[in-house]
Amino acid sequence: MINTVFRLVSPRRFEIAFEDIDMFSGNVIVRPTNLSICNADMRYYLGTRDAKVLAEKLPMALIHEGIGEVVFDPSNNFKPGDLVVMVPNMPTEEDDYIGENYLRSSKFCGSSMDGFLQEYVEISPKRLVLLPPDIDRNVAAFTEIVSVSVHAISRFDKIAHSRRDVIGVWGDGNLGYITSLFLKYTFPESKIVVFGTQREKLSDFTFADETYLVHDVPEGFTMDHAFECVGGNGSPIAIEQIIGLIKPEGTISILGVSEYPVAVNTRMILEKGLRVFGSSRSGAEDFKKTVEMYKAHPEIVEYLGNLVFSVNTVRTTKDLKNAFEKDTKKAFGKVIMDWQL
Amino acid sequence: MVYGVVLAGGIGSRMGGDKPKQYLEVKGKPIIVYTIEKFVSVPDFEKIIVLCPNQWVEHTKNLIEKHIAPVKDRVAVIEGGTTRNETIMNAIKFIDAEGNLDDETIIVTHDSVRPFVTHRIIKENIAAAKEYGACDTVVPATDTIVEALDNTVISDIPDRSKMYQGQTPQSFNALKLKGMYDSLTDEEKDILTDAAKIFVIKGEKVALVDGETYNVKITYPYDLRVAKSFLEDQEDD
Repeated sequence: MINTVFRLVSPRRFEIAFEDIDMFSGNVIVRPTNLSICNADMRYYLGTRDAKVLAEKLPMALIHEGIGEVVFDPSNNFKPGDLVVMVPNMPTEEDDYIGENYLRSSKFCGSSMDGFLQEYVEISPKRLVLLPPDIDRNVAAFTEIVSVSVHAISRFDKIAHSRRDVIGVWGDGNLGYITSLFLKYTFPESKIVVFGTQREKLSDFTFADETYLVHDVPEGFTMDHAFECVGGNGSPIAIEQIIGLIKPEGTISILGVSEYPVAVNTRMILEKGLRVFGSSRSGAEDFKKTVEMYKAHPEIVEYLGNLVFSVNTVRTTKDLKNAFEKDTKKAFGKVIMDWQL
Repeated sequence: MVYGVVLAGGIGSRMGGDKPKQYLEVKGKPIIVYTIEKFVSVPDFEKIIVLCPNQWVEHTKNLIEKHIAPVKDRVAVIEGGTTRNETIMNAIKFIDAEGNLDDETIIVTHDSVRPFVTHRIIKENIAAAKEYGACDTVVPATDTIVEALDNTVISDIPDRSKMYQGQTPQSFNALKLKGMYDSLTDEEKDILTDAAKIFVIKGEKVALVDGETYNVKITYPYDLRVAKSFLEDQEDD
């Protein structure tokens, strides 16, 4: 079938390409319905990635956060019309020890292969997770970023010692919001404390036990473990503050993506015997776990609804560009595309 | 119910003659198969009716068996009529014979030689036909349109901002179209080769659906080259 693919060819410029996709290869044909723009997409769109990286990767269809409806499934795992979330990580091998999202051989939609900005997506049934049909589609659209938090929390659960009286989360952006929300539901007995730089944003974290501005932490505050969800230029100072406040043998989970190498106070990591581990992306199991959490706690979906910054109907490439431009103007939340192209 | 109606020519050349364009292959697959694939991928359709000249019916069935066998039950291949509108009437007769022709029946009629039609265009056709009773897929005219009543000198140059170029699909409430077509005289039927025009001259609304410039009709060898370049210049990734 002729498939229309919307590829970014250079910063701020999309072009249409066509591909013949095999309807009967064994993969599922999915019609994307709701897509969500990630900061990683914006770095390509705005051309803020390294010029060499851009030259290597473009033209490429962006977007790795999205849901769609099954059109045709020769594997008979899904019925036409089923609502599914698409897993953008595409492993090419299996490994008994290394997670699919850490295998260097894995491909990733919108990074090392075309993303979901397509008329139809041909995708393995193993890369799809069934969603409840009545779920808020604009929230489900960004399940991928949610699954990244769920993945990091799962790893934390395996790595961290079991005294979890107080868990600190640094970052008042999307990832901080999602991570602290899921920590609260995963460890309801723990006190979840969120640290940010903007009082207004922190006021949205109503599910958290406490929130503080990073420059206004109460004297004597300390925590058993911490999650860093800051990234970018804020990474060094956030990690520094975490190392200073955390109790000995605590675990620091790093989720924020930094563009440049970050200097870390290793002396204090040694003295306190800290465990610092990074998490990135997620795998199909994390998506399944996320969807189970949606079903078990429907209020989670309502909380996540606060992150929907705008929903944009996309019928034309002009609409597509406008949606990405809208993302440049947002302070918080997610720009969602109601995908009709 | 909604039916897809793929128009593959009323009167075609015999097998020994020039092959109609819809049967020419691009990247190893006939154009008509690409077009049918686009329609079977839209779940709204009860069935996709493919209408072709009598001598091409079996050939078309064979192509469907060869290329898209798993979805063949959703496709019916039948003989077209002597004109475009008669072909559409054959499709409506087929729907009637299936017992599915009623006030709600919508047909989305499409040229078999426009394989680049998109999911959006088809979905918007269905929605517009349900709301208005008829719709036509168009793109804004990019060239200035000139009118020459005597085919020699310009009689008018219409305002381009109000001019559109017609594509397909054209979609209709099937019973409404049939009723209007049946009311035409034989002379009118000869002149009114475009189904949407029947609605227009009867004073019925025909909604516009935005087409795409790449929803091209493969008519001339040049068009075939364009279609091939669209598909064959892509990297096999």
